[in-house]
Amino acid sequence: MTAAAPVAPSADEVVKATTKVSKDQRGASWRVHLSLIVLMIVWLVPTIGLFVNSFRPAQAVASTGWWNGLLPPWNLSLDNYAHVLSTAGIGDAFVNSLFISIPATIIPIFVAAFAAYAFSWMNFPGRNILFVVVVGLLVVPLQTTLIPILILYAGWGINGQFLAVWLAHTGYGLPFAIYLLRNFMGSLPREVFESAAIDGASPVTAFFRLAIPMSVPALAALAIFQFLFVWNDLLVAITYIGFTNPENLPLTGVIANLINSLGGGWQFLAAAAFISMALPLVVFFSLQRYFVRGIVGGSVKG
Amino acid sequence: MDPRLLTAIVVVVGVPAVLVGYIWGTEQALKLLPERAKPRVRPWLWLTPAFGFLGLFLVYPTIGTIIRSFQNKTGTEFTGLDNYAWFFGNSAALSALKNNVIWIVLLTVLTVGLGLLIAILVDRVRYESFAKSVIFVPLAISMVAAAVIWRFMYYYVTPPQPQIGTLNALSTPVGIGPFDYIHIPNFSVATIALVVIMAWMWTGFAMVILSAGLKGINTELLEAARVDGANEWQVFKGIVFPLLLPTIAVVATTIIITALKTFDIVYATNNGAYDTEVIASLMYKEMFQFSNFSRASAIAVILLLAIIPIMLFNVRRFQAQEAIR
Repeated sequence: MTAAAPVAPSADEVVKATTKVSKDQRGASWRVHLSLIVLMIVWLVPTIGLFVNSFRPAQAVASTGWWNGLLPPWNLSLDNYAHVLSTAGIGDAFVNSLFISIPATIIPIFVAAFAAYAFSWMNFPGRNILFVVVVGLLVVPLQTTLIPILILYAGWGINGQFLAVWLAHTGYGLPFAIYLLRNFMGSLPREVFESAAIDGASPVTAFFRLAIPMSVPALAALAIFQFLFVWNDLLVAITYIGFTNPENLPLTGVIANLINSLGGGWQFLAAAAFISMALPLVVFFSLQRYFVRGIVGGSVKG
Repeated sequence: MDPRLLTAIVVVVGVPAVLVGYIWGTEQALKLLPERAKPRVRPWLWLTPAFGFLGLFLVYPTIGTIIRSFQNKTGTEFTGLDNYAWFFGNSAALSALKNNVIWIVLLTVLTVGLGLLIAILVDRVRYESFAKSVIFVPLAISMVAAAVIWRFMYYYVTPPQPQIGTLNALSTPVGIGPFDYIHIPNFSVATIALVVIMAWMWTGFAMVILSAGLKGINTELLEAARVDGANEWQVFKGIVFPLLLPTIAVVATTIIITALKTFDIVYATNNGAYDTEVIASLMYKEMFQFSNFSRASAIAVILLLAIIPIMLFNVRRFQAQEAIR
């Protein structure tokens, strides 16, 4: 989801685009309601099926469909969760995912904010060309970077450590982060920065006292994106961690391994998958507004 | 205390402190320079951390991968186009390429089509934001979790045992199936089944952006057309769709890149079996199963080459956007 296309939105346009415009006054026909309700059910059923199965005993999951779990006699329990948290390494993997995701979210935001401010409010030769380079780097597939970095890390001796993925995710997340923040910061009112400069404020003061507080919506959107991207990542984790030190694998890597090794234990996988989804779902529902704004801001201006 | 926790705290607090200290320090250092030189030097100091990371983690390794793709397995000598010749003369690689084409076409059609349909439908109802959340939420979860979720949708039981997978349980009673969707290589059924999982995840992305585009269309224009007697289909075909085309292009480029880079969902379901191999999963196998970094590099370069037209499209679009800024 980092590969948003470069169409520059400004701060107020993003807000406008996501603010509700008055409803079509002609009202919706029953066909519209019916189609939408069917679509919503289709979209929800897969997740509900997983959720129900994660509470059902092995024998039930293997012999009857998940919908039977909704019918009496209810035989639902937290046993699968207790099992995966204690014995399948999911508890440790959850902690690993946190250890990986939090620094890998915070570092690129700081690095990107400085660069975005320079691109927005400082004049220097080559500014446009350098930003075009950033726009180009947005779509570079991270597959083209894996091998040289793996070799580099082997030389440094950090393959298998969290540091390896913190650094890599910072590099991979930066083009989108710089792009999103620059578009937002660049659309802040010029007068604010001009009058601050006249009042004798240094760029450092203007950055920390004006640009950063005014860019909170974009920073929040970016934080959510980067966090979800890192939390949900599989490829970077199994490449730089999984091969040398499986103990440090995040949830995605451990669950992918379980899929191949568990054979029949799908009730456990259901619980494990739901544990991996819990935090993204909480983040999504509590910060949905910023998330959507970030997606729209990162990619579109009509 | 867990030593990893200590490290994490040091990183979470320390790295931002170092970066803020760096910017503050450069400003102190700039005081030593004459007034006129400051604005010329300062931007580069602010850009240094970002370009350091971009250079080390994107530019340098991309160049390294390109060089490696022309070398032999151990990377000791140049062998020209051997690795590329291997790729294009290898049936497994070509079928991975074919599967990526299926991914690109099908995923784009499904997500843009469904996203547009849903964006238009939700625009007319009061529960718009709720409906959007429902469609959008799969984008927040990992593809590994999605693979587990859809395992219960696609699950197949040999008849006459009752079907316990959602799709087969619904379709078998009306005479369709049962099918073992993700294990049928013929006609790319398994690949298509994986694309459907991804479409379930990414339709929300298309919907959100297209919906924002729809709301940007002047409603007076639509009303005028309706007053002139145009029906809803004509309004859509004649006004809404042409005005949305640039937005659709933006959505499509992002989806195409996603389809090209597809890896997780393949790795977490069949790991390439049943004719589901794609370029990215093939590359991973060359890397870690066959330890052939040079062939893997060639595969990565092919992926990069496929993405370059989109990169140029994005850059041109960006420049056009900047011109009217």
